[in-house]
Amino acid sequence: MNNITKDVWVFIEQREGKPADVSFELLSKGRKLADNMGGELKSVVIGHNVKEIAIETFSYGADESLLIDHPELKDFLTLPYSRVLNELIIEHQPRIVLFGATVFGRDLAPRVASHTKSGLTADCTDLKISNVNYLGKDYEDLLLQIRPAFGGNIIATIISPDVPTQMATVREGVMEMVKVEKPKDIKISEIKYSPIDTDKLIEIIEQHREESKVNLKGAPIIVAGGYGLGSKENFKLIHDLAQTLGGEIAGSRAAVDAGFISSERQVGQTGVTVRPKLYIAVGISGAIQHRAGMHESNKIIAINNDPDAPIFDVAHYGILGDATEVIPLFIEAYKHKLK
Amino acid sequence: MYNSIVLVKQVPDTANISGKVMRDDGTVNRAKLPAIFNYEDKVALELALQVKDRFGGKVTAVTMGPQRASDILRECLYLGVDDVYLITDRKFAGADTLATSYVLSEAIKKIGDFHFIFAGRQAIDGDTAQVGPQTAEKLGIPQITYAEQIVDIQDNWIKVRRRIDGGYEVLKSTFPVLITVLKDAAEPRPFRLKRVMAYKNAKSITDLEKVVDGNSLLYIDKLVHEYKEKSLLINTITTDDLDVDAERCGIKGSPTKVHKIESVVLAGEGHIKIDPTKAGLSSLVDQLAQDHIFG
Repeated sequence: MNNITKDVWVFIEQREGKPADVSFELLSKGRKLADNMGGELKSVVIGHNVKEIAIETFSYGADESLLIDHPELKDFLTLPYSRVLNELIIEHQPRIVLFGATVFGRDLAPRVASHTKSGLTADCTDLKISNVNYLGKDYEDLLLQIRPAFGGNIIATIISPDVPTQMATVREGVMEMVKVEKPKDIKISEIKYSPIDTDKLIEIIEQHREESKVNLKGAPIIVAGGYGLGSKENFKLIHDLAQTLGGEIAGSRAAVDAGFISSERQVGQTGVTVRPKLYIAVGISGAIQHRAGMHESNKIIAINNDPDAPIFDVAHYGILGDATEVIPLFIEAYKHKLK
Repeated sequence: MYNSIVLVKQVPDTANISGKVMRDDGTVNRAKLPAIFNYEDKVALELALQVKDRFGGKVTAVTMGPQRASDILRECLYLGVDDVYLITDRKFAGADTLATSYVLSEAIKKIGDFHFIFAGRQAIDGDTAQVGPQTAEKLGIPQITYAEQIVDIQDNWIKVRRRIDGGYEVLKSTFPVLITVLKDAAEPRPFRLKRVMAYKNAKSITDLEKVVDGNSLLYIDKLVHEYKEKSLLINTITTDDLDVDAERCGIKGSPTKVHKIESVVLAGEGHIKIDPTKAGLSSLVDQLAQDHIFG
């Protein structure tokens, strides 16, 4: 393991020239990891006309940005993107490379990890630097890759002790995005890209994107309903309460599966991770997969008619009762208070 | 005519898991879990069968796992595949995705001749979605992940609609290509009764060895030949059949290691009980307003 740096790289994902939030979330985390090891944080920006994005990464703590800008790299394509990364990683030997656990990130990272024979852990929910004793051997400054496993029933800490580069993908919204107070001087290394034939084995014929109108991650108040509401009619109560409080509606996986609410509003391990000021869980039993996506909310109110529902374990306020009775009372109390 | 290889996996039913199935070293004791056919792999198999139905060709199912993984290969035979391979060896045990994809790619090179490799996007035991892309990389072929639909296949290209964040795109790829599919890409067909009758006695060499139990080696050869003739042999691939570097297989060839396993505890510090009454809700709203949650 010669010439191994202590550098942390973050792959900056862009869609139609716009950076993905998760990439900045990863830079914020990467800044801490790099500081812990005494290494540098570098952003890797691949695309076309994306210098602005490279510049923006300094607001989130980058020490340097590697920019690969070329018309043929405008849209994400596995083959050229992975080839560019492979060559850079083999040349510069970063200690850690982070990707968003998005469709593109989960497509790209394994391809790159395979080529560079790096360890890769998917869908991490936390990352830390620590000294580790593994099988009697001491390792300095390893990346602890913490992720739910087995359908969220356990939390596993994964390490890649004996390889130069440790890689991880991280779910969107799990890390906090923080702008640094004093960004470093902008230092962009532009890297040349020369297309080769095998970069073009796959081409994009058609692309269709709709800007999601749902912004659960940014909502200060979320009212979420579960399967316990029993029917789509009762689910209207969730809409009423959310509207009264000025919040967004959301649902558990069971509610989505039952057709009470659309999947883009699903909170939990296979949905969105949220941390609003107020999260109201109505008729949600609180399976571990759901709690994983909301337990960091500032205040949690649980409304449920089952006193043993695990949702009460993470709640700050618990109301044992039937949603069809409690919610109208809630609305009435709120309207009365605001008068 | 297009030939497909389908990567399938037997997985523990992660809906029913307790801490006891984890060994002290953090690996999973799969023998203690109900085992099922990973659903997205079944969808991948269905797509391959649809390609065969429409264009002709051959479908081969491949799995890597312990002996009992031959259960799902038998299911593959019931569904209509032409050939099945069980990749199994103690030396492959404890493999992470990198070591798994290495062995899979070497086995696929041996099985040979294909236009497509289909696989589920991910398996429910690990949810990593890494083995597909890593196998493609090791074979030096392109990949399409998160496939929702095969749009068209012509002489030397395939068009696939795949999901992307916030929408979809249609990709056009040359052959060969590895495609991982989402659960809604197809509805798996039911078992065909005729095929169930025909293949329920399909056996691997290890199964046959148990039947022979102490009888002469000549006899096992004869038996294997017989099963092969009747298409009842579940082909087995071990390290002996592959030109693999032992250092890259199993736990040895796996860069990632499980350092620690914990049960999930997400308990708060206890909650304040609010009565489901007008007075109760009124006091709750007061408290939240005081904490500046509202407004």
